[in-house]
Amino acid sequence: MNEILDKLFTFDGTAELLGQPFVRNALLAAALLGLVAGVLAPLIVARGMGFAVHGTSELAFTGGAAALLLGVSVSIGAVAGSVLAGLVFGLLGLRQRERDSVIGVVLAFGLGLGVLLLALYPGRASNKFGLLTGSIVSVDSTNLWVLVIVTLLVLATMAVVYRPLLFASTDAEVAVARGVPVRLLSPLFAVLIALVTALAVPIVGAILVLSVTIIPGAAAARITASPLVATILAVVIAEVALVGGTILSLAPGLPISGYVATIAFLGYLACRLVGRARGQVRTG
Amino acid sequence: MTRPHTADGREPAAVELRGATVRFGTRTLWEGLDLEIPGGEFVAVLGPNGSGKTTLLRVLLGLQPVQAGEVLVDGHHVRRGGEGIGYIPQQKAIPEDVPLRARDLVGLGLDGHHLGLGLRGRRDRARRVDEALAAVGATGYAGAPVGRLSGGEQQRLRVAQALVGDPRVLLCDEPLLSLDLAHQRTVSRLIDERRRTAGTAVLFVTHEINPILPLVDRVLYLVDGRFRFGTPDEVMTSETLSELYRTDVEVLRVRERLVVVGVEASGHCHGADGAVLPAEESVTP
Ligand SMILES: Nc1ncnc2c1ncn2[C@@H]1O[C@H](COP(=O)(O)OP(=O)(O)O)[C@@H](O)[C@H]1O
Ligand SMILES: [Mg+2]
Repeated sequence: MNEILDKLFTFDGTAELLGQPFVRNALLAAALLGLVAGVLAPLIVARGMGFAVHGTSELAFTGGAAALLLGVSVSIGAVAGSVLAGLVFGLLGLRQRERDSVIGVVLAFGLGLGVLLLALYPGRASNKFGLLTGSIVSVDSTNLWVLVIVTLLVLATMAVVYRPLLFASTDAEVAVARGVPVRLLSPLFAVLIALVTALAVPIVGAILVLSVTIIPGAAAARITASPLVATILAVVIAEVALVGGTILSLAPGLPISGYVATIAFLGYLACRLVGRARGQVRTG
Repeated sequence: MTRPHTADGREPAAVELRGATVRFGTRTLWEGLDLEIPGGEFVAVLGPNGSGKTTLLRVLLGLQPVQAGEVLVDGHHVRRGGEGIGYIPQQKAIPEDVPLRARDLVGLGLDGHHLGLGLRGRRDRARRVDEALAAVGATGYAGAPVGRLSGGEQQRLRVAQALVGDPRVLLCDEPLLSLDLAHQRTVSRLIDERRRTAGTAVLFVTHEINPILPLVDRVLYLVDGRFRFGTPDEVMTSETLSELYRTDVEVLRVRERLVVVGVEASGHCHGADGAVLPAEESVTP
């Protein structure tokens, strides 16, 4: 037991590793991802899109696996897969039941296809595993540029469409009456989610994208109903989870995603407790 | 903002329909509808389910095109997202987990349809939202999550949300639906106050005319593609409604209330406070 704990929480050599360029790249990537994921998370939660995000990330995995097999950039494959999935989900009607079942169908097929593609891939196993659980070495300097550009693109788009998007996500009927193009915003937001998902897959892995795109938003919603405060809080939680998780994972040499998900989850628990104590949002 | 004036220099009507016709496929919902509603007038829109009351509001919001005729709001042809219109949706509970405070809901009514972050006019915006909240007596719960407020409190916020942009026309689609009598009175009083002080024209779709009867200037009654527009005394008579429904309908005045008897129970109107009762239902006091 102690052995396992020692293995999980060691800081032997953390300081040296922090000096390495690849670690600095990874930290920068984590910080950028935390920013965009935190900005989107409250709206993802408000729109009830948790399952859609999960489906999108599995399709990013499929795209990444296909790229691995074809020998092209995994990032490009991941972006292609997730944007395609995002568009499909975004164009689906708003009827919850139909949306759920279609996402389930696409997700299952995409995951199955990805598993086959990976099995056919003759290269290193760590590459395969990295797609599912993320890895720190996945971020090299070219990826970093992609990350910076996508981050700016997502933030700029959000700055333009944030108000109508919030309106459409929280009060659709009146938003439609006031002329908000709800039908147009839905696929647009799905594409933004897809871009962020594609960024997140190499770092936290396809199976744990939810840890940075849902948990921070869900946690913030337990404490506040103010959209601004929720966004700030979600960004803080995502940053702490991603940057903290990256640092913690250094010395043990274990996947980042486990640490990120755990920190984010603890943040969620803390927010629930605070929310309950303040009686702000009803429990349950 | 300049308002277009008619040839003789008068202000244009708040709402004007000329020969407006809506068809879905081969079905004509209504045809040749002429309405002219001046600012400050309170119009009740009545009629059985499916008679096209909501569709009329959608036409005025620019969401539903007309197949013939013209539709003007404040002298301008309607278009989707046009300014000058406030909208109160059918009263239903706002889900508890909606991540908005009362003041956010009202603020969205002011500029939620605009692009950009709107950082520049922030102080002015906050002031207008505060005023709108105060006007409906919601200052005390301005910071509360909307989903946790009572139905009556939420509907007051809906009034503030619709009025914060200072509209020339206020469209309400059954805004009192499941409110108790006291809250029905509060909400309709708030709307009445506004049209008197600010000259806002009100189109008020409702199943039940009685809660708003003292406020109503004119009634638009739609039945099966036929319609009648006039004062309550002109429209709410046994003769007119019998003509509209093409069956014997009797309108009784019981104290200050109107009771309509004889309309078949084809899901028309009902409820404890129903204005239009199916023949076999007893007349409620
Ligand atoms: N977009 C549409 N396409 C086809 N039929 C429609 C459409 N919108 C409304 N209708 C039909 O028009 C009729 C009137 O609807 P509505 O205006 O909602 O009635 P009300 O509000 O008076 O109950 C209904 O029978 C409805 O089915
Ligand atoms: Mg209706």
